[in-house]
Amino acid sequence: MKIAADSPPTLSALDRPNSYIGRAVPRPNLGRLAQGRGHYVSDVMLPRMGYAVFARSPHAHARIIRIDTSAAKRAPGVIAVVTGAELATVITPWVGVLTHLKGLKSAPQHAIAIDRACWQGEAVCAVVARTRAEAEDAVELLQIDYEELPVVVDPETALDPETPVIHESLGDNLTFERTLDAGAVDKAFAESDAVVETTFLFGRHTGVTNEPRAIVADWNPGDQRLTVYQATQAPHMLQNLMAKHLGLAEQQVRVLTKDVGGSFGIKVHTYADEMATAALSKMLKRPVKFVADRIESFVTDIHARDHRVKARIGVNNDGTITAFEIDDLTGIGPYSVYPRTSGIEANQVVSLVGGPYTCPNYRARARVVFQNKNVMCQYRAVGHPIAVAVTEGLVDLAAAKIGMDPLEIRRRNLIADDAYPTQSPSGLKFELLSHHAALAQLDTLMNYAALRAEQQEMRKRGIYRGIGFASFIEVTNPSAAFYGVGGARITSMDGATLKLDAQGNVSVHSGVSEQGQGTDAMLAQVVASAFGIPIERIRVVTGDTDNTPYGGGTWASRAAGIGGEAAWQAGKALRQNVLAVAGSILQAKPDDLDIANGLVVDRGTTNERLTLEELARVAYFRPDTLPPGFQAELAVTRHYVPQKWPFAFTNGIQASYLEVDIETGFVTLLKHWCVEDCGTIINPQLVNEQIRGGVVQGIGAALFEHCIYDERGQLVNGNMADYLVPMAGEMPDIEIGHVVSPTADSELGAKGAGEAGTAGAPAAVMNAINDALRPLGATPLTDMPFTPGKVLRALGRIADTP
Amino acid sequence: MSDDQLDIVLTVNGEPVNERVAARTTLVDFLRETLQLTGSHVGCEHGVCGACTVRVNGEIVRGCLMLAVQCDGAQVETIEGVSDSGAVADLQDAFVRRNALQCGFCTPGMILTAQELLDTAPAPLTRDAIREHLSGNYCRCTGYHAIVDAVESVVQARGRA
Repeated sequence: MKIAADSPPTLSALDRPNSYIGRAVPRPNLGRLAQGRGHYVSDVMLPRMGYAVFARSPHAHARIIRIDTSAAKRAPGVIAVVTGAELATVITPWVGVLTHLKGLKSAPQHAIAIDRACWQGEAVCAVVARTRAEAEDAVELLQIDYEELPVVVDPETALDPETPVIHESLGDNLTFERTLDAGAVDKAFAESDAVVETTFLFGRHTGVTNEPRAIVADWNPGDQRLTVYQATQAPHMLQNLMAKHLGLAEQQVRVLTKDVGGSFGIKVHTYADEMATAALSKMLKRPVKFVADRIESFVTDIHARDHRVKARIGVNNDGTITAFEIDDLTGIGPYSVYPRTSGIEANQVVSLVGGPYTCPNYRARARVVFQNKNVMCQYRAVGHPIAVAVTEGLVDLAAAKIGMDPLEIRRRNLIADDAYPTQSPSGLKFELLSHHAALAQLDTLMNYAALRAEQQEMRKRGIYRGIGFASFIEVTNPSAAFYGVGGARITSMDGATLKLDAQGNVSVHSGVSEQGQGTDAMLAQVVASAFGIPIERIRVVTGDTDNTPYGGGTWASRAAGIGGEAAWQAGKALRQNVLAVAGSILQAKPDDLDIANGLVVDRGTTNERLTLEELARVAYFRPDTLPPGFQAELAVTRHYVPQKWPFAFTNGIQASYLEVDIETGFVTLLKHWCVEDCGTIINPQLVNEQIRGGVVQGIGAALFEHCIYDERGQLVNGNMADYLVPMAGEMPDIEIGHVVSPTADSELGAKGAGEAGTAGAPAAVMNAINDALRPLGATPLTDMPFTPGKVLRALGRIADTP
Repeated sequence: MSDDQLDIVLTVNGEPVNERVAARTTLVDFLRETLQLTGSHVGCEHGVCGACTVRVNGEIVRGCLMLAVQCDGAQVETIEGVSDSGAVADLQDAFVRRNALQCGFCTPGMILTAQELLDTAPAPLTRDAIREHLSGNYCRCTGYHAIVDAVESVVQARGRA
């Protein structure tokens, strides 16, 4: 029975009477989800609702010569057939740039392509019908003539003069470039005892949310309002974008986000087909629903991680890392995705490489190029898996070169735990990290020495096991430095409104949103603790722009650190207001009172003075009995935005233990560990499950997941049978440990935990595979995903070219 | 012949159902759209992910790989039915306590698949056996560890260890 295993024995310093901080309380929304009574967007049905289905370009790059809609318009059940040019009368195009990513450029993107399709899967025409089946039938009747255009698929040649330019008005295919040169890199390499150089390749992959993207847009011409049911991570951002491009005021748009069937960053972007669905609703004056099917998901959900990184590291024989240098090249499709842009991932790679280490010498170049493939943008742990794999892969290669244990070389180079505050050569500011404490805990947790002994023993029997490590840092709790300063209307603050109802129970309305990570539970725990009420008496409302304070939503591991702090402050403020009412009723000083377990008590003795039910009864129904001039304020709102630090960095270290079958090339994962530091842990069970889930997504990247394109820009494995994701039988048990270094920027001290697992797992698995194969003289594997074929090629067991 | 309509008579969650359906309608679309039983989910529409898992005549099937007309005369059970009957209450309770679901989209299928394992597999049910049995149901959120824990706890509670 392992269900209680995640509850720690001790509570944190934030413990108040009946505190829930640090406890594994169950999530309030799980009952309905476990019973199949959730409400996902794909479940929404409205009167007069039409279903939108899109005709999509079969070509990676093609001019649209002619669209004959006549047969489709006559098909049974069809409400409308709408081309890009027709839809452009109700919705304006957008350009995905941010001013703080200097030089970043992109071209206007339309909700439905006009004249030209720039990737296989771009929508070129919409059909709305009474049922989805009828709409799909009618799409088959569209006659669309294309003229195929030359395609740009390979980032390596995208900038060559002979390569066609995808958007002529931009002059070239360069989206964005960033360079960095810190310390004295050339000198450091020249003076190093050894320099190791290699190229890392990362397979383009995607989020594969179990619930595909979905939207129901309902324009009501009677009250001139658009209600959008959407599985989005950022309801207020979407409200702004819908309003802006449909020519509405923000208050004319209500975004409702109910249950979301997985997001992972996939559902925080502007998708042309979703914007088109809203425009179709406005055009047709009725609700319109669009649910991507799985094949559409693969060719339109944002992809990520398609990076080629040439990298080198300098090291001395005593293990000192002397320099890092990287050259990153990434292809992001034909458009920079709006509004977060497709420059962020490469920007993050540049910022994060070498991040855990003291090495001051670091040079980087990153180039982001256009190509005729599906767009790339931010997916869980944005840039981190690449930066961590490059850094940790280099560190392991350096350790092997000088004959040093991989844990020892990290111990000798990680930033000391007492060195904070400090900053990285790329300018990242670190408030307080705990690399050495995390490493020491991992060493014990995994019993490293015993595992090494077991590994050696196994090798004698021809069994090749490997141990791989990955230290990492993670960007969480972003301030306006991420998007706001670049001109995007994506807020970094968040708010919480609390109300004491007429029965003395509390509702929480928060701008952060719930995608399954447990936001609602976290908010309930924080408010119950700050206010002093049993958690069963808290009701949480998220995902409704009409009924929550303005906020950023859920991305970049911000919900607990930012939304949680706003809720904490609101809980304290409501307690003060309620105690003022109690003081009036009891003829006592509010400072002599407190609230505990849902009762007004004497501070100190906790003797009961008044129930909250009675207090609410008096305040709402017998205010005439309160002193003249006294007004009860039983609703409060508080906001929070990080101010002292641009980001709250977290840190940690992962380890993978696996076995490689050198006959078949198959990798069997035996165990995985992660020790991380996300500051104050509000709910250890939720933190651990975020990490476990993140680790497995990272393992997917390392071993299985790959959007494979051919030379014509065609995705050749865009379905769930051919695109492999981790399954239960292949995944290991994952052990988690924690170090707790709260951020002093907030009272709660919480940092994010949503991306740590994904950040470090690919590197740990890569290093473990190479550790397993090193005694066999295999070429180190640096080309993810590490398929059996690649393993066998590295071993020289099959030829280099298939 | 996409618009061929057929009459079917079946039992869904113990209730008699008489409907006229298009021959091409999948079982899961029929359940979700005609009967508005939205607890069965559509994930991949080609039999890979397991989100649409339901029980037909006592055996779990992929609702996206079976046509509604094939269920003429059948007994169909969905997550709504087994929730109301209490048949999987201990599994649901274990999933909730262990946070073995995050977004919950795979959960109805996961619970029906786990119930089949508990009903049919010979003891002992090891973690490896649980992992193997659940491998046809994709979960993108949890990494599976918590799901295995939850199912294992029910294995023990039901005396199937």
